Amino acid sequence: MLARALTFALVGLEPRRVEAEAHVYDATPAFTLVGLVDRACQEAKHRVRTSFRAAHLRWPGRCTVNLAPAELKKEGSGFDLPIALALLAASGQVPHERLAEHASCGELALDGRLRRVGGVLGVAEGARRAGLQKIICAPDACAEAALAGVEPIGARHLSEAVAYLRGDGEPPAFVARDGRPQHVSLDLADVRGQERARRALELAAAGSHNMLLGGPPGIGKTMLARRLPGILPPLDRAAALEVTRIHSVAGLVDPDHPLISEPPFRAPHHSASTAAIIGGGPRLRPGEASLAHRGVLLLDELAEFQRPALEALRQPLEDGEILVARAAGSARFPASFQLIGTMNLCPCGARGDPGAQCSCSPQRIAAYRARLSRALLDRFDIVVTVPRPRASELQAPSGEASEAVGARVVAARRRLAAATPGRSAAADELLTRAVERLRLSGRGRAKVAAVARTIAALAEAENVEPEHIAEALAYRSPPELAP
Amino acid sequence: MTYLRRNELPTLLRAIHDPPRRLYLRGAGSHDVLRGPAVAVVGARACSPYGAQVARMLGRDLAAAGVAVVSGMARGVDGEAHRGALESDGHTIAVLGCGIDRDYPAAHASLARAIAERSLLVSEYEPGVPPAPFRFPARNRIVAGLCVATVVVEARERSGALITADFALEEGREVFAVPGEITSTLSAGTNALLRLGATPLTSAADVLETLGIAPPERETHRHPLLELLPATADELARATGLPPGEVAAALAELELGGLAGEGDGTYRALA
Repeated sequence: MLARALTFALVGLEPRRVEAEAHVYDATPAFTLVGLVDRACQEAKHRVRTSFRAAHLRWPGRCTVNLAPAELKKEGSGFDLPIALALLAASGQVPHERLAEHASCGELALDGRLRRVGGVLGVAEGARRAGLQKIICAPDACAEAALAGVEPIGARHLSEAVAYLRGDGEPPAFVARDGRPQHVSLDLADVRGQERARRALELAAAGSHNMLLGGPPGIGKTMLARRLPGILPPLDRAAALEVTRIHSVAGLVDPDHPLISEPPFRAPHHSASTAAIIGGGPRLRPGEASLAHRGVLLLDELAEFQRPALEALRQPLEDGEILVARAAGSARFPASFQLIGTMNLCPCGARGDPGAQCSCSPQRIAAYRARLSRALLDRFDIVVTVPRPRASELQAPSGEASEAVGARVVAARRRLAAATPGRSAAADELLTRAVERLRLSGRGRAKVAAVARTIAALAEAENVEPEHIAEALAYRSPPELAP
Repeated sequence: MTYLRRNELPTLLRAIHDPPRRLYLRGAGSHDVLRGPAVAVVGARACSPYGAQVARMLGRDLAAAGVAVVSGMARGVDGEAHRGALESDGHTIAVLGCGIDRDYPAAHASLARAIAERSLLVSEYEPGVPPAPFRFPARNRIVAGLCVATVVVEARERSGALITADFALEEGREVFAVPGEITSTLSAGTNALLRLGATPLTSAADVLETLGIAPPERETHRHPLLELLPATADELARATGLPPGEVAAALAELELGGLAGEGDGTYRALA
């Protein structure tokens, strides 16, 4: 006898329909699983069989399960539940027709309990698009599945799913939790002194500019960068869903509050591989650049990152997405993030620190800075050198809180979205003079003009005036980095 | 077309060994400019950023003190000296090695117009005479001849600027050279001049002193931030109480004006 259960496999972020087809016939007991399944999926045989026993279900005799289409690679343990349900339907233990109205997804424990897997949001979205209204999943995956607009059936145990399909009892109904997760946001009020860097951070937030912070170690470059998400406006619903989808695939969502409505912040270590940063690997998982989509990617100690990993970032910085191509197929991950880099001014770190003597030779400093390609440095609109603050600065009163700064950022973004500020004649003249005098490249000029627009928007000015250009010039790339 | 005959030439120029027969003039500047105190600022066409910066600074500071800045309107040091003088609304005289109606080099056509608007372009050649290499050394004797002093900013070992300096020495005029790095070929000529006894120049005031002109009181228009340098932008913001954005804008203006420079986050006064 033949039966099928529906589920979805994610290719990148894209759900593809997968049918678990089970065929049961009377012969010596044996269990065959086919359909281009990977290791974790192959192990489903053992989990499914053991959980049948735990749930006091009858194991059919000889059975074959095919995950169709066979050409699509199946990965992970989320197919356990559809395999079990297809077998149950094929052996007449749950009704076919009712099973056909549901998608299902989840891993089975040896005692028959249902476990949540990554990517539930994508599977649920696939179900909705396929015209299914319900999805059977683990209880802690319900909130995520509900985001896709399908009704989640949260079964704690395989036997609960069976009882539900037989019409013998409903699992506890899913109730969406109220309120937002307790957000522990880092506040700018913690940062004392560092007026210029704070100002630059505000500009970066208002204009979505990529920013490079240079300076000796231990002066708060990272501390500042970590406070950028706190002054960015929250994500709208569409953007939040987009971000949640990516994080769901990586298994990084909070089961109770799955929707990620704050801009994400990612700070991979500088030992990260290219695949870890841009995504891919055998399972085509999103990388740090995609996890930072619509948020902030902080590369602390930029010059210490492997050069291939940095160079790989140029594509997403240009296109806002990453195309990961593999022999088995390709996947597209959105990756439109704001890049913040920090670096020391020299390998020993003493440059820019009045109290220390830098021992680096000019050649070593040049080699250190040459680790970053011109093309990557060109992506930083704002470059700020932060020297070591004096001791007295650390006793300064705390700075403005993130909330106040964030309000200005929101207002400036609104202004920029409504109209691009023009440039007054005097501002044009100053820009031309600066290009000539400071020998700015075409791109250098464009970056100054863009930052000046943000400054004008923050100042609530109609036009870009000379003072805005002048301030933008202060954040230009120093000639030794990008002439 | 206006020109000065030999007997109408300014005294200094008439005094040289081989004064021009005629001096053609173009521009709105009064002839008196030719008779006032004048200093030549000359140097390499392919100059370094340092050379360009010094030429601009000298042009600006000399013109601001009421001295006419004389040069050959070539690329590099010459052009920067003219520009510096124009920046401070002073007088500058371009001596051409071709007819005064020719814009040479072509890249300096707009500079020539700017000079003509306020000062003078002069040449011993009739209008229409094309530029030619053999005319430039001859032109240099007029550059040196018009001036009480000649400043060589940057020059390679066999540079045209050294010819100008030679003319100046022959006529007993003062010669200054801007010291440069001994490892730089661009400074080989100027350093050779120094070895021969030229006066090292460290600021426009050195020249003004020779001319007996008091340098203008800088303190009156000196930007208040400059008094606080060297300092970081944050220290300036705290010392002045200005918002960091305004401090950044002010510092960028000072940088543009060549009055301050930044390195590793610390700003320093340049002038």
